[in-house]
Amino acid sequence: MATVGRACLILAFATCIYGIVASLYGARAHRPDWAESGRRAVYALAALSTLAFVVLEIAFLRTDLSFTIVASHSSTTTEWFYRAAAAWSSQEGSLLLWLWLLSVWSSLVLFLTRNRLRDVAPYATAVLLGFGAFFGGLLVFAVSPFGVLANPPAEGVGLNPLLRHPSMMIHPPMLYSGYTLFAVPFAFAVGALIVRRVDAEWIRSTRRFALAAWFFLGIGILLGARWSYSELGWGGYWAWDPVENASLLPWLTGTAFIHSLMIQEKRGMLKIWNSSLILATGTLAILGTFLVRSGILDSIHAFGASTLGIPFVTLIALMIAGSMALVVTRRDTLRSEQSIDSMLSREAIFLFNNLVLVAMAFVVFFWTFLPLITEALGNKVSVGPPVYNQYIVPLALILVLLSGIGPLAAWRRTTLKTVRRNFIWPIATAVVVVVVLLAAGVTQSWPSVLMFAFASLVIAVTVQEFARGAAARKAMAGENPVEATVTLIRRNRRRYGGYIVHCGMALLFVGVAASSAFQHAHDVVLKPGQTTRAGAYTIRYVNPTSSIGQRAGSLEKISFGAVLDVTKNGKHIATLHPSKAYYPSQDQADLGAVGRFFEGEATSEVGMKAGVNRDVWTAMSPDISKMRPIIDKGDKAFAGISGKVPPETQAQLLGQAITGLVQRYRTQPPPANFRVISSPLVAWIWIGGLVVFGGGLIALWPSGDPVMRRVRGRYAARVARDLGRA
Amino acid sequence: MDFLAPLIVIAVLTLVVLLVSAPLRGGASARAEERAELRRADLETARDLKYREIRDAELDYRTGKLSNADWRRIDRDLRAEAIEILRRLDELPPGPTEGAENVKEKEKEKA
Repeated sequence: MATVGRACLILAFATCIYGIVASLYGARAHRPDWAESGRRAVYALAALSTLAFVVLEIAFLRTDLSFTIVASHSSTTTEWFYRAAAAWSSQEGSLLLWLWLLSVWSSLVLFLTRNRLRDVAPYATAVLLGFGAFFGGLLVFAVSPFGVLANPPAEGVGLNPLLRHPSMMIHPPMLYSGYTLFAVPFAFAVGALIVRRVDAEWIRSTRRFALAAWFFLGIGILLGARWSYSELGWGGYWAWDPVENASLLPWLTGTAFIHSLMIQEKRGMLKIWNSSLILATGTLAILGTFLVRSGILDSIHAFGASTLGIPFVTLIALMIAGSMALVVTRRDTLRSEQSIDSMLSREAIFLFNNLVLVAMAFVVFFWTFLPLITEALGNKVSVGPPVYNQYIVPLALILVLLSGIGPLAAWRRTTLKTVRRNFIWPIATAVVVVVVLLAAGVTQSWPSVLMFAFASLVIAVTVQEFARGAAARKAMAGENPVEATVTLIRRNRRRYGGYIVHCGMALLFVGVAASSAFQHAHDVVLKPGQTTRAGAYTIRYVNPTSSIGQRAGSLEKISFGAVLDVTKNGKHIATLHPSKAYYPSQDQADLGAVGRFFEGEATSEVGMKAGVNRDVWTAMSPDISKMRPIIDKGDKAFAGISGKVPPETQAQLLGQAITGLVQRYRTQPPPANFRVISSPLVAWIWIGGLVVFGGGLIALWPSGDPVMRRVRGRYAARVARDLGRA
Repeated sequence: MDFLAPLIVIAVLTLVVLLVSAPLRGGASARAEERAELRRADLETARDLKYREIRDAELDYRTGKLSNADWRRIDRDLRAEAIEILRRLDELPPGPTEGAENVKEKEKEKA
């Protein structure tokens, strides 16, 4: 099967090269038959990459250890669902996933635009196939996922224990869906600039893809945050880590784009800005793909160093240079057809929102790449979260405020009288929230108080917008309130889906503000029976736990844990079981027969009591150094008998030694390091994320054609009547 | 399995060649017709966008974001722009993509 996979990739690469030539020839020579042939090359690419991906997935699901990639990233003891996801834990597999997703989205957009944009589409096809050729070329010439071993091992290395988490099965496909979907508007922007057809049609045709990219990337980022919170054992969901930032950058510029494209659609303005934004977003998506695996920036998420630095840097440089050249040479065509009539208009607020988002992206980009730049200059400088927060917190406050103001402004202009009337209730709500918070003694963090106020403004505005829209429909169509609301959303999915997204983001920011500003966290060393405090909670280390995890008859991991009793004002709240699992290293020779069990990957199992108001979060790490003399003694003993006793006897003795060690941890436990955190409103980050998810789905959902036809027909008739009278 | 792999590869290669070369095996299309069709597509898009603007302005008015005077002025301007687009659409020869619905509508208007 490896031969079939390899042949599919070679054919896919050749198809990309042919498709690029056919599309460009079709566009330059005005030969639609060649352009059509180029478009079909994208469909062929999708079929070939799908077949290659299926071959790889089958190899993982069957644990075919003759595949190098399977032997190094899976094992017979890996659960089937992690085996399915193990394909993209490797560099080769993740590149194939990229190619496959790109080919699927490209086919979809080219199928949907087959009767439109006939001048732009061939160039867009060439760009999309260019990406295909790049990733296909890497898979054929540099890192093939279909390498085979002459002597397959009896057992594979297995999936990195840190990646054995449900979020990690979905997180990479979501991120990659986002990255590859952004390639679609990028390619059409390039095509539109080449043929100088910079009206809103390319935006209209690819808008849904940009929205889907934003949606999937957002889900991916949130799943990554959840994984970090519950798996990494440091107690946070966002660390301004370079790999996290790499996914945030295109999301920020993509968010700016999906707002500003509406201005171009409606007013024919911001053409240079929109083109530049999507070209930057596409480039940042490729940069994000590269950073995740390159290891060029220190990251807790770096799972391997890439050997693909030069090709990726070349592609990124080409994208930047090409984008700049296109925008500069087309600047005369990109002039706005109109100008902003009033600063009190929706387009003006969208413009401010764009400036804030781009400023955020610039801050994140600058501090993320500062270590790399300064290292090249000879004096490496790295910064931590406080530096990011210094800039991001005020920008986030402005952003949330603008998402409260935006929905109340009309396109073109809004009068002051209308503004006053529309803002009375939302501002009153925000003021009430501030007064209640101050009365409750919440004065430690002014940025948080402001965030609560602005978030309540956003929620009040959203509720008011839904109420007024439903009332308008009720008056026009005589529908009952529920029917009116449903019809309102169905006929204006983008607008009302967007409002729901704003609401979700406001909730998410409330969770971030509260959990950052009012968190109680500390590290403490405890022995059984000792207690510590986290805010109003008392946490007692009741007793140690230990266990041996076995899979398919062999030792998989050793877990040392603790039972913690959490009380508040003497009342029992929860019993938590944090633990740390040690996976044996495969290197038996240097690390010792017993020592190797503590020198491989280690994962934290968090003990957490999560609630709507507050999370009590604990992680533990036993002081293994206290056990080191016994481990060293065991290593020496086994080194002494190595080769002198049969392997079966040695394995039996080793089993007894490990069992003894694990039992000893329970009877004579060493002190353990605990991290205890009491964080308010963390749950609202995940709830807000779900609301964003719901709103995004509404905005993305295709409008029902019959409804659209009826609406268009009605307006067409009215316009036609006016035309008849004129 | 060893003998199957080359067969699968040959079958896949044949399918790819057939799929990609199909348009080249057909005749060339008329360029003038295509240009007219492109122009029509542009204008139809502009018309749809204008209608959406008219709807949005009405929703803004009905949800209290626009005063009556502002809405009437914006609505008048947008309708004038829509009329101009329709006029330019009418100047084009009937296209092959025009549906039966549009033809019927035009006949009704004439009647």
